[in-house]
Amino acid sequence: MGLLSLFRKAPSSANLAKERLRIIVAQERSARGSPDFLPLLRRELLEVIHKYVNVDPSAVQITLGNEDGHEVLELSVFLPEAQRGA
Amino acid sequence: MAEIIVVTSGKGGVGKTTTSASIACGLARRGKRVVVIDFDIGLRNLDLIMGCERRVVYDFVNVIQGDCSLKQALIKDKRIETLYVLAASQTRDKDALTTEGVQRVLDELANDGFEYIICDSPAGIEKGAHLAMYFADRAVVVVNPEISSVRDSDRILGLLASKTSRAEKGNGGVKEHLLLTRYNPRRVAGGEMLSVDDVKEILGLDVIGVVPESPDVLSASNAGLPVILNDNSDVSHAYEDAVARLLGETVPLRFVAEPKKGLFARIFGS
Repeated sequence: MGLLSLFRKAPSSANLAKERLRIIVAQERSARGSPDFLPLLRRELLEVIHKYVNVDPSAVQITLGNEDGHEVLELSVFLPEAQRGA
Repeated sequence: MAEIIVVTSGKGGVGKTTTSASIACGLARRGKRVVVIDFDIGLRNLDLIMGCERRVVYDFVNVIQGDCSLKQALIKDKRIETLYVLAASQTRDKDALTTEGVQRVLDELANDGFEYIICDSPAGIEKGAHLAMYFADRAVVVVNPEISSVRDSDRILGLLASKTSRAEKGNGGVKEHLLLTRYNPRRVAGGEMLSVDDVKEILGLDVIGVVPESPDVLSASNAGLPVILNDNSDVSHAYEDAVARLLGETVPLRFVAEPKKGLFARIFGS
C-alpha cells in the first residue's frame, strides 16, 4: 500500500462532496427567498393534472426564477411515455 | 456594552458546547468578564463540559420565571476569576423560554458589567436555537468538514440573516464567523475530507478557527475541563487563535497542513 500510494492518484471523495454541496446549497439558497405557497401550489396542480393524466409526483417541477428583471414562474410536467399525444 | 455571541451549527454533535466553553474560557483568561449560557433546555450539558454540574442550584428558566435572582443562578468558575456559567434547566416544558424572558436576562447581564455573553445553542432549528441566536451581535457557526454539517450550517446562516433581532431591525445583521472542528489535515491531503477552503467557498464566510481532530477533546470533557485549558494540546492552541481573531487580532491559521513525512514513512507507512 505504502509503495503503491506513491504512484496511484486516489479518487477524491472530497471533490464529490464539494460538488454535491455546491448544487444543493445553491438550490436551497434560491428557494430561501421564495414564497411559502410554492409547495402547496405544486401539490394542488399535481392533483388537477392527476385527474387527466397519470403522472409521477416527481414529474411536476415548479421554479420561481428571475429573467431580465421579471419574476418567472416556470412549470414543467413530464408526461409518461404511453400517454403522450393521447 | 456587552457583546452577545451565539455558538450555533444546526447539526448536533459537531462541537458547539466544546467551542462555547473554550471560547468563554479563552476570553475570560484575557481578563474579560464573560458569562456562558446553555440554551439547550431539557438537555443540559454545558455544566458537564465546564465541570460545574454539582454546583447547579438554579438555572436559566428559574431566572426567567422569577424563582430566583440572576445572581443566585450564576455559577462562578473556580479556575478563572471573571467567568460565570448559567445552566440550562432540565424541564421538559419547551415553552419555558420566552423572547421577553431571554431579553430581560441578557439586559440584566449587560447591566451587571459582563463584556461577553456566549450563547450555547441547541442543535436543530426549534425554539431554543431560535432564541439563542435572536439577540446575537455575532455568530460562531461550528462546522465539521462533512457534507451534512455544511448543509445544515447554510440553513442556519439563512436564519441568522432573517430571524434575528439585528436582521429584523436592519442594523447591519449578525456578523457571522466559521469555525471548523474535527479537522484532519492528513485526510484532507488524501482527498477524503473537505478542506478549509472548500467549506469557506461553499458557505462564503471568513474562518475564525480550525480545530484539529484530537483525542484531547474527549479526555477534556471526561474531566470537566474546557479543552482550551489543556495547554499541551493543539486543540487548545487552535481555540486560543480563534479567541484572538474574535478580538480582532490577525493570526495565521495553524494545524491545517499535514505533518511532513519522511521518505521511509512514505514508502513503508500506511
